[in-house]
Amino acid sequence: MTEDDEPVRDAGFDEFLDALADGEGYYVECANGHGSLPPRRVCPECGSADLDETPLPDSGEVATYTRVHVPAPSFADDAPYVTAVVDFGPVRLTGQVQADVEDVEIGLDVEPGFGETETRGERLVVFEPR
Amino acid sequence: MTKVRVAGAGITKFGRHPERTSRDLFAEAGATAIEDAGVARDDVEGVYYGNFMGELSEHQGHQGPLAAEALGVQAPATRYESACASSGVALRQAVRDVRNGEADVLVVGGSERMTNLSTAGSTEALAIAADELYEVRAGVTFPGAYAMMATAYFEQFGGTREDLAHVAVKNHANAVGNEHAQYQREITVEAALDSPAVADPLHLYDACPVTDGASAVVLVSEDYAETNDLDAGVAITGTGQGGDRMALQDRENVATSPAATEAAEEAYADAGVAADDVDLAEVHDCFTIAEVLALESLGFFETGEGITAARDGITTQDGALPVNLSGGLKAKGHPVGATGTSQVAELTKLLRGDHVNSEHVPEARVGVAHNAGGTVASAVVHVLEEVAE
Ligand SMILES: [Zn+2]
Repeated sequence: MTEDDEPVRDAGFDEFLDALADGEGYYVECANGHGSLPPRRVCPECGSADLDETPLPDSGEVATYTRVHVPAPSFADDAPYVTAVVDFGPVRLTGQVQADVEDVEIGLDVEPGFGETETRGERLVVFEPR
Repeated sequence: MTKVRVAGAGITKFGRHPERTSRDLFAEAGATAIEDAGVARDDVEGVYYGNFMGELSEHQGHQGPLAAEALGVQAPATRYESACASSGVALRQAVRDVRNGEADVLVVGGSERMTNLSTAGSTEALAIAADELYEVRAGVTFPGAYAMMATAYFEQFGGTREDLAHVAVKNHANAVGNEHAQYQREITVEAALDSPAVADPLHLYDACPVTDGASAVVLVSEDYAETNDLDAGVAITGTGQGGDRMALQDRENVATSPAATEAAEEAYADAGVAADDVDLAEVHDCFTIAEVLALESLGFFETGEGITAARDGITTQDGALPVNLSGGLKAKGHPVGATGTSQVAELTKLLRGDHVNSEHVPEARVGVAHNAGGTVASAVVHVLEEVAE
C-alpha cells in the first residue's frame, strides 16, 4: 500500500524522463542494434535480452506531426499544441514541439528535452527546434 | 472442417442514447439477431461479446455474463477487448470455434455506451487505446494519432483535405436510407472543409461521431443450418488477424497499416479469394484517412493510390467497388465495441438482398469486413460469401 497522496512511479519510464530532464536521455539497444524505449526486458524486435542503455542522439528529425485543437482533459489548457513523432535513428520518440505549427515540417531538426504540461504540471517530453 | 453461416443479424439504431445501458442496447440487437436467425435460445452455446470502455463510461467491467442475461440465453459468455476491433476479434474466435466443431450456434456481438460522457470524457476514454506512457502522456489524442498518419501520408504520397472530404461525403450519402445510421443526411465537400479543426489536417467531418449502439450476429454450422432448415444464405469463408506495435513511434512507416495487410492476406487465403474477387467492403473509417489506409491494405489499391478512390467515384454507391454502403463509422456511427459485428451484420443484409442499399449491388457475391483497433495495432478481416442455392 502507498499513501493516498504519494504518486506511484512507473518504473523504467519515469527513470527515462528523469534522465531526459538531466539532459542525459537514453534508449535501449539490443545486441543486434535494435532501438527501443524502456521499460524493456527483451528487445521487442528480436527478443534479445542483451540490452544496454545507449545515449539518445542530440537531435532528431520530425517524422510526422499534428496540431491538436481538441485535447483530453489533462491537456485542456495546453491546446492547441503541436505533437510530433521524432526520428532519432535507432529509436523514435513522441512529444510536444515548442514551436508554432507554421514553423514545423517533416524533416525539421529538433533537440529532445523535458517540460511540464500547463494544465496539471505533469511531466512531458518536449522538442526544441535547433 | 465445418463451414460457418451467418443465420441472423441485428443492429440497434446507432446514435445518442445516453440513458440506455450497454446491456439494454445489446438486449435489443441480440434479440433481433436471434429472431432473424430463427434459432431456439436453448440451442445457443456461447455469447462472444465486444466492449471497450465499459469501466470508464458505466463503471461496469465483466460484461460477458450481463450480455448473456440480456439475451435470455443460458450459456457461458466472454467479453473481448481489442479497442475498436473488440467485436471483430470476438467474431474471429467464434468463427474458429464453429469451424472446429466446438459449437453449432453462437451469438457474437458488441455494445458500447459513450454519449453519457462529456466530449472531454469520451476523448479521454478513447485515448486509452493508445500507449499511455509514450503517447497519451505526450498529449496524443485518438484524432491526433490518425492526424499524424494523415500528415505522413500526404508527405509521402500526396493528397489533400479535399480528397479526404470526398470519403466523408460518400459515406454520408450511403447512410441516408439506413435506418440504423446516426447521421441519415448528406453533407457537402465545402461543409467538410469548413468544419472545425480537431487535429490538423483532420477536421470534425473527417471524424466518426461518438455513438451509443449494439450489434449482434448468430453464427451456425452448415450442418445445423441444414438440419434446422434455416435461411442462412451467407457464409463466413475467411478470417484473418494482424498485429503491429502499439505506439506510432515504434512503427517503420505510419502512412501504412501493415497489420491490416497481414489480416487481409490471411483472410483471402483462408477463403480462397483474391482482392479482385471482392464486390463490396465495409471498412473501419473511424477517420477519413483510415478508409484510405484500409483500401490499400485490402489490396484494392496500390500503396499511396487509395486517396482519390472516393473522389474518382470508384468506391461510391454506383462505383466499381462500393465501400461502406452502410454509411461506415463516419455516418452510421462508431459505438466502439459494437462496430466489428455491425459491419458483418450490414454486409450479411447487403449480400442477402434485404438491406436498403442492396439495390446498388444486385450481383454482389463476395464482401469483406475490415475492423481495426487503435491506430491499427490490431486488425481483423473477414470474408463473407453468398452461398449458391
Ligand atoms: Zn533486437
